[in-house]
Amino acid sequence: MKPDLILRLVAKFVIPLIILFALYVQFHGDFGPGGGFQAGVIFSAAFILYALVFGLDAAEKIIPSRWLSMLAALGVIIYAGVGVVSLPLGGNYLDYSLLGGNQIAGQHLGILLVELGVGITVAAAMLILFFSFAGRGRD
Amino acid sequence: MIDIVIDVTLLAFLVTTSVAIVRMTNLFAIVMLYGIFSLLSAGLFVVMDAPDVAFTEAAVGAGISTVLMLATLALVKRPQKPYFDEAPRAHLPWLPLVVVAITGSALVYGTWDIPAFGDPDAPAQIHVARYYIENAMPETGVPNIVTAVLASYRGFDTLGEVTVIFTAAVAVLLLIGGRRSNQRIEGQRDET
Amino acid sequence: MDFFIGHYNYWVVIVLMMVGLYTVISRGNLIKKIIGLNMFQVSVFLLYISLGTVEGGAAPIIAEGVNTYSNPLPHVLILTAIVVGVATTALALALVVRIKESYGTIEEDEIHHLDHSL
Repeated sequence: MKPDLILRLVAKFVIPLIILFALYVQFHGDFGPGGGFQAGVIFSAAFILYALVFGLDAAEKIIPSRWLSMLAALGVIIYAGVGVVSLPLGGNYLDYSLLGGNQIAGQHLGILLVELGVGITVAAAMLILFFSFAGRGRD
Repeated sequence: MIDIVIDVTLLAFLVTTSVAIVRMTNLFAIVMLYGIFSLLSAGLFVVMDAPDVAFTEAAVGAGISTVLMLATLALVKRPQKPYFDEAPRAHLPWLPLVVVAITGSALVYGTWDIPAFGDPDAPAQIHVARYYIENAMPETGVPNIVTAVLASYRGFDTLGEVTVIFTAAVAVLLLIGGRRSNQRIEGQRDET
Repeated sequence: MDFFIGHYNYWVVIVLMMVGLYTVISRGNLIKKIIGLNMFQVSVFLLYISLGTVEGGAAPIIAEGVNTYSNPLPHVLILTAIVVGVATTALALALVVRIKESYGTIEEDEIHHLDHSL
């Protein structure tokens, strides 16, 4: 089954835009609507579109499944690790106020890191789900 | 006024879509209608001033979960035509209908005491919500209150949610990750 | 009349909820049951967000010249619940795939028949 030429061209044009939008949603989530959950889902949607148009094998060459399970764990570790870092600084678990020079800077840094962890885990988990379902029907 | 008109229109569309989902038997059409259902509810979230939620629902409900359901349909389809139809119902629909009617009327009775839609003096609006709205910006420096509450005030909660997502991904990998190994197992049985 | 205008939103949401529940308990097809559960879930989200709406309020993002905001707490709860919801839905769908592989069907009564359990 050879996919349509128009489909391939439009996908090649749209996928970078989707990834760019996901990064915007991820790092602009403090100021506008957005955050880690949305960014992760949008990011994984770009790769799912790639897999649907160019085939599962091509998509797995870009992100091998082994990496995905590591990334999913990495996100949770980043989140929990940010909480642990504030313990030796004298704060409570997940209290970001001591991470920066003052309370505002610390909170801002903490929120950014935590949202990054959420984004990585959500994106990796969604891709794991899609690859498991799609890979099941391959043979 | 325009808010109410959009609200009523979207709610009417939602009810129509849900009734169509119940009445149809072609699973492919049902999955597509569910995508429409999610998109309509995302529109409703925008009308109710929740852009963050609408964002997520549009990406997740209309995007990812539709793709996952279509992938499942491809895996569970019948070998002959019709590929995607559900089997005709064997039992009578009256008992579930009675159960649903009783539950629904109990819930509607429960709304009698709920403050009216959009009431600024409702109990939900004057306790912790007011604290967040007044203090989120000075305490965290993040203008988006939803992000501030999600990551900072309720950080433990979100850590739990992220762990749930991680666990679900692990469970799906354990259930259907990797190649099917039925043939190999049957072959081994034959040898022994 | 005021009472009706103030509450129709909740009532329609309850109708949607009950349609979802009806789908879950009256249909035997496992995929359709999962879709019914999802409809129920989305109606609960709608109920929460309805409870957080404030008349004339803006989206909860601090901006110059805005004094009323809608309640941010339901938004936070539902935002995470949506993503967790799709993860658990995927788990349910994975179970359906495994059921299909071992029983050859996803109709509830046929599975009971094969199991001699009903």
